[in-house]
Amino acid sequence: MLFQEPPPDTSAYMVAGYVVAFSVMAIYLLSLVVRWRNLNRDLETLETLSREEQSKRPGKAPGDSRKVTPKK
Amino acid sequence: MPPKTTALKILDVFAVLLLGTAAYLALVFAPTEAVMGDVQRVFYFHVATAWVGMLGFMAATIAGLLYLITKNMKWDNISMCSVEISLVFFFITIVLGSIWARPIWNTWWTWDPRLTTAAITELIYVAYFMLRQATEDPERRARNAAVYTLLFGPSVPITFLAIRMYRTIHPVVVGAGQGESLPLTADMKTAFFFALFAFTVIFVDLFLNRIRLGRLQEKVEQLRMNTMA
Repeated sequence: MLFQEPPPDTSAYMVAGYVVAFSVMAIYLLSLVVRWRNLNRDLETLETLSREEQSKRPGKAPGDSRKVTPKK
Repeated sequence: MPPKTTALKILDVFAVLLLGTAAYLALVFAPTEAVMGDVQRVFYFHVATAWVGMLGFMAATIAGLLYLITKNMKWDNISMCSVEISLVFFFITIVLGSIWARPIWNTWWTWDPRLTTAAITELIYVAYFMLRQATEDPERRARNAAVYTLLFGPSVPITFLAIRMYRTIHPVVVGAGQGESLPLTADMKTAFFFALFAFTVIFVDLFLNRIRLGRLQEKVEQLRMNTMA
């Protein structure tokens, strides 16, 4: 044990490895969050558009019993 | 979309705690390897990410097969989510391997059978997303993707077996043969098996979250098509 050489100093590679691993995982998590937020925004916009379109269409809206007279 | 369930929220927290513990065991608890030094510590995350990467690719193949049998879009979503998460983990595996190789093999990269098959597998599943992007019709896209995962699924067992089938410089750790157990000390084994467990839980957690995102994506796509019609 007395004459045994100490292990080589490769700690910089170890640090680099773990920095890369955690960074890639963090970027992926961030991408999930961003995509979730964007899709929710799209969903809200599309639902608003769909509601507006349904209210414009005569007699098509569910529960809409109003009579629409054609424009002259 | 229904809000996230309490069980999934608990799993999220559990996964983060497991990741922290796995990092502690790999970086602090496990002893320094006598020949390689500290760089050997990347091995714990390298093998664990490779395990979940391959697990996800195989799950995608099975889900692809189930889609072709049932024509249920749920299986397409499962297949796609598995591939996406596995791509991330397998990328980490390749990068960690490369970083380990620099001081040990004196090169960042060599066209060794294991490294080559791993790189091909990663590229195959990158192309899977290119194929999906190229198809507009959801049913056609799901069918093409399912056939693709079935055709290229064997690349995963080939990668796993490459170090056993060919002459290679990549170390064989699991199933080294001749009745040998893992060439690790007891503390190293603890860090190793804990990392495998932690990454399996992290994979499941990410998978469940990604499935929710996939469902939301489907809903938006459906609504968009209805609005356009």
